[in-house]
Amino acid sequence: MHHEYNIVGGDFTRAGYASSQVKKILRNLDVDTAIIKRTVIAAYEAEVNIVAHAYNGIITLDIDADSIRIVLDDMGPGIEDIEQAMQEGYSTASDKVREMGFGAGMGLSNIKRNADELRINSEVGRGTQVEIVMYR
Amino acid sequence: MRVGDIVNILDARIVCGGDRQEYTIDVAFASDLMSDVLTLKNDHVLLITGLANMQTIRTAEMSDIQCIVFARNKKVTREMVDLAIENDIIMIECRYSVFRTCGLLYQAGVKPIY
Repeated sequence: MHHEYNIVGGDFTRAGYASSQVKKILRNLDVDTAIIKRTVIAAYEAEVNIVAHAYNGIITLDIDADSIRIVLDDMGPGIEDIEQAMQEGYSTASDKVREMGFGAGMGLSNIKRNADELRINSEVGRGTQVEIVMYR
Repeated sequence: MRVGDIVNILDARIVCGGDRQEYTIDVAFASDLMSDVLTLKNDHVLLITGLANMQTIRTAEMSDIQCIVFARNKKVTREMVDLAIENDIIMIECRYSVFRTCGLLYQAGVKPIY
């Protein structure tokens, strides 16, 4: 099963729409509720990151019998130092992002806590790819 | 604690989900930082917040939080109501500060998470 969602940078009204769709799909497939919660929290944090930092992005969801794979590809400024970005409390978020209740430098570490596998690749000036894998 | 009791204690108003006054919360958490809310593992959480925007509802949706109290007289928007109804989330508006809201509920026996 394959799904794709376009994400628009800066559009905080719509942020979370894709993760909401992911949640509905996983529920319909009767995935364990604890796994759904971990999956959608990781997906939502990553979706908010695209809206907060990038110009636009695409989220793809692939589900098979054993795993749930979510890949978030964005066109944006990229992450200079991924290790530093992973540190809790480190943030480059704008005031607008903080007004939305985010930007405290907790997103990436929360994704890591919830995901079974997490891979981040980034190129400064081009964009970032975040891959989240969950085992069913 | 029942939603109906929360509304009475806070002298508050249910904006949506009024048919779910029997829904019971086990614990409460107060925060304006949605990143903190997204780290909670508990079920049947009451969220008390002063942050009234679409991401408050999205955060509740992702965290399986079914009841939110908006304190310090924050008003929810039509868009927020629509999203909350779609996700079966009860929203309560309360004129008290977050501190007073928490104090009254704690005094009435609502347990904290930490």
